[in-house]
Amino acid sequence: MFMIFGIPGPLLFGQLLLGLINGAFYALLSLGLAVIFGLLNIVNFAHGALFMMGAFCAWMLLEYLGIGYWWSLLLAPIIIGAFGILLEKTLISRLYKLDHLYGLLLTFGLAMVIEGLFRNQYGSSGLPYRIPPSLQGATDLGFMFMPNYRGWVVVAAAIVCFTTWALIERTRLGALLRAATENAPLVQSFGVNVPRMVTLTYGAGVGLAAFAGVLAAPIYSVNPNMGSNFIIVVFAVVVIGGMGSILGSIVTGFGLGVVEGLTKVFYPQASSTVIFVVMAIVLLIRPAGLFGRI
Amino acid sequence: MFGFSRSQSIGFVIMLALIATSPFVLYPVFLMKVLCVALFACAFNLLIGYVGLMSFGHAAFYGMGGYLTAHAAKEWGLTPELSILVGGAVGAVLGLLFAWLAIRRQGLYFAMITLALAQMVYFFCLEAPFTGGENGIQQVPRGNLFGIIPLGSDMNMYWTVAGIFIIGFLLLHRVVYSPFGQVLKAIRENEPRAISLGYRTDDYKQIAFVLSATLAGIAGGTKALVFGIATLTDVNFTTSGDVVLITLLGGLGTIFGPVVGALVVVSMENYLAQFGSWVTVTQGAIFVVCVLLFRRGVIGELGGLLKLSL
Repeated sequence: MFMIFGIPGPLLFGQLLLGLINGAFYALLSLGLAVIFGLLNIVNFAHGALFMMGAFCAWMLLEYLGIGYWWSLLLAPIIIGAFGILLEKTLISRLYKLDHLYGLLLTFGLAMVIEGLFRNQYGSSGLPYRIPPSLQGATDLGFMFMPNYRGWVVVAAAIVCFTTWALIERTRLGALLRAATENAPLVQSFGVNVPRMVTLTYGAGVGLAAFAGVLAAPIYSVNPNMGSNFIIVVFAVVVIGGMGSILGSIVTGFGLGVVEGLTKVFYPQASSTVIFVVMAIVLLIRPAGLFGRI
Repeated sequence: MFGFSRSQSIGFVIMLALIATSPFVLYPVFLMKVLCVALFACAFNLLIGYVGLMSFGHAAFYGMGGYLTAHAAKEWGLTPELSILVGGAVGAVLGLLFAWLAIRRQGLYFAMITLALAQMVYFFCLEAPFTGGENGIQQVPRGNLFGIIPLGSDMNMYWTVAGIFIIGFLLLHRVVYSPFGQVLKAIRENEPRAISLGYRTDDYKQIAFVLSATLAGIAGGTKALVFGIATLTDVNFTTSGDVVLITLLGGLGTIFGPVVGALVVVSMENYLAQFGSWVTVTQGAIFVVCVLLFRRGVIGELGGLLKLSL
């Protein structure tokens, strides 16, 4: 067995992979938060709950309708995204003229309702969701064994993240979106239906969260608390990266996952707090965040 | 002396009368919990109601205050009043640290940073040896107040808690209606203007934050002595959410709002406890309803109805 810095190689790479996987979820979730924040100016506290709903949606599709993983990966984001659009239309849109804090409070309340309802129905012990047959097993990479599903999560998350980035930074639709983020009334005066764009953006952000939820279902057990465990860390990630840049939130998400994984190897006691420590340091040195604009 | 308006004086007298009579009607331990939570919410209200700072991390001060008070009373053998002061001091130190970091960003970022820092405190409490991890610190002795008055009896403890609450309440009210408090309100209304008038707004925010954190620590410490236990629940972010809910429901920026909110929410948690998660659902629903339909809260709406400032 070979050693790196006095740590057995497989252990190091194993934790790095786990870190990358967590990083993939951080990236997907903080990306959705950043897109929603940019246009709607609300911090979507319900993001964690919607992530959890994505995982449950996949589980329900399999349990009640016999629809497998691959279709769930497509269907769950659409279903939960539609639910998000419903929330935006009926509740969130009433708050745009008020202080942004009310948006935070509203979505916090929504998260409580959603998580409470799921806990009532399914308990908090968690439900198993099996890895799809085509991704079972592991591959020998020479320096470590990589479970196929975990590799797939990292790759899939990276593809979706960069597709979103390209959509926002490289297409006409994305240009409109960015313009509306800067100055919504001006874009509206050019004849763009901004309210509809806002609604669809919220739906898309929620869809990203649900997609992450489906990816997470086979790794973590599907349980009502899975979202709230993630969301606070994701907030820290967002503060570190700054919400100004799409690419920034992707890089920060993956990067912090890796930092967390490495901490698990070298100083396990600090692994749950390291991201918050990084946040404190970044606030001291660059208050606007690594990629943020004041 | 405390800057009460006439309607507020009447409200205050009614509150005192209720505090004095209710332990003969209701269970004192329940009332003590209400008073501790009410003090916590009043401290929180100083920030959200009068400075416009949304802290989502107040559980850190409340919970850590509880842990350190429990530790001081149990391991160091301090008297209750000193133990509670230790809790307050911890709140102050943590508050200073939080404010120092979080004031660098504004608005929603401020809320997220305080939330993240509080979560860090939560994980610290989960790992640190002195907190007892999942078990918490149990069997904390209530001790003798000033070394003389035994607090073992619920009634003695109740009057002590009531005293702490009233002192805290009056202190906060005095602060809000002092020249310092006027500057805080100016910051809430228009920060750039307050800066242009020559006020160092960051200093004001920091002082208000530390004050609020100190009182939150005292409230948490008192609660730990009442129940003889300090656990992870009080540092968890759901506690931060609770205090936001209490203040919002009672009325942001009203002096009696947090007290009424505390009474409602603690009663709900107490009497609906058997329904498990439905409590969370109900609380969430109250959040949604408050935000959408009555943002001024119970006391704010009542005040609006009677055209009084309460």
